[in-house]
Amino acid sequence: MSSVHVLPYTVSPRQDTGLFNAKLGIWLFLGSEVMLFGGLFSAYILLRMGAPNWPMGSTILSIPIGTFNTIVLITSSVTMVMAWVSLKLQELKKFRMYLGLTILLALTFLMVKAFEYGAKFSIHYHEYFPALFNLAVHRLAGGIAAMALVPKCILGFFFLWAVWSLAQVAFKDFSRFVRTAILLISVIAFIGIILTLFELGNRHSHHNFPPSYSTYMAIYFTLTGLHGLHVLGGIIVNGYFWGPGRRMWLDQPERFTNRIEVAGLYWHFVDLVWIFLFPVLYLL
Amino acid sequence: MSNAPADVHDVKKEVRGYMIVFGSLAFLTILTVLISRLHFGLVGNVAIALLIATFKASLVACFFMHLISERTLIYFLLIFTLGNLFFLFGLLLWGYGDILMGARFVS
Repeated sequence: MSSVHVLPYTVSPRQDTGLFNAKLGIWLFLGSEVMLFGGLFSAYILLRMGAPNWPMGSTILSIPIGTFNTIVLITSSVTMVMAWVSLKLQELKKFRMYLGLTILLALTFLMVKAFEYGAKFSIHYHEYFPALFNLAVHRLAGGIAAMALVPKCILGFFFLWAVWSLAQVAFKDFSRFVRTAILLISVIAFIGIILTLFELGNRHSHHNFPPSYSTYMAIYFTLTGLHGLHVLGGIIVNGYFWGPGRRMWLDQPERFTNRIEVAGLYWHFVDLVWIFLFPVLYLL
Repeated sequence: MSNAPADVHDVKKEVRGYMIVFGSLAFLTILTVLISRLHFGLVGNVAIALLIATFKASLVACFFMHLISERTLIYFLLIFTLGNLFFLFGLLLWGYGDILMGARFVS
């Protein structure tokens, strides 16, 4: 006796809600996310109103880097919606290209953020320790610096892997125009990361601003850290749909299209949160 | 959004809309940065930056998240969520302004 259980309303909408279940589910989840970030924004307002002094974000953070990352996230929102449109048009290859670009841009965002974070933890041990201990502290600091390289290297690996995978898809299936567009976006992302390094080297790497430095830095790391985790979550989900998850397209194309729509709604929300975080933390 | 097979003409029109929204978002981002360099006072600068951010967020929500043509249930859900959010902000401001009579502060 067959006991295959088929999930209801994954494709067709329920009569009472007018929605397929996953869509209602993601909107309920996004509602809870609004309250999560809303609570933290409330904390920001309270801390700012209660602080005798509040630093200008632009004196601690780099506006060009923040602007670059904002444009990167906005572009990733467009590529995400284009991935969904491609499935609507029954074009799986284009879908893979657009979703691959979304992942690439998300990795770019995190790479830039990782360098930005790293620069806030510059250790000036010479200023704090007597010469006698400098050698030991030097080794310790070297170790910590090496440890800080690990997440950047992991991100860098995935970034290069995303570029390589995209290039493979593009050179197999697409016209010269599309190949050039993918190459161009990859190069822009790469240049953005290099420029971030220069910008940090010029202005910000000579300061030590960990979360304990001030309430501003504490709320900055809390808000952007939580947002960064959401970006990471999006990369994992989109990576699954780009790779093994796309097999669903072969036997249940409509259900797969709905999944991408749901993943897209989440991704746009992540973009939407950053739209508020950027002016609040960097500009005001 | 309906799950019916897409009409190619409609989808192409949608794509054009997405590109216009993308251009507007990029332009508004640059505008936010440029305006932040001008001095309208703290309240003025905060108000302008948040106004532009709200407009940008509305563009993302309406077009990329398709809220412009969504089911009524989603609108109810959003109104409920935003109502809770503003209630939270309201409580915060109320609590901030309503200091107990005779309260002493450490610093």
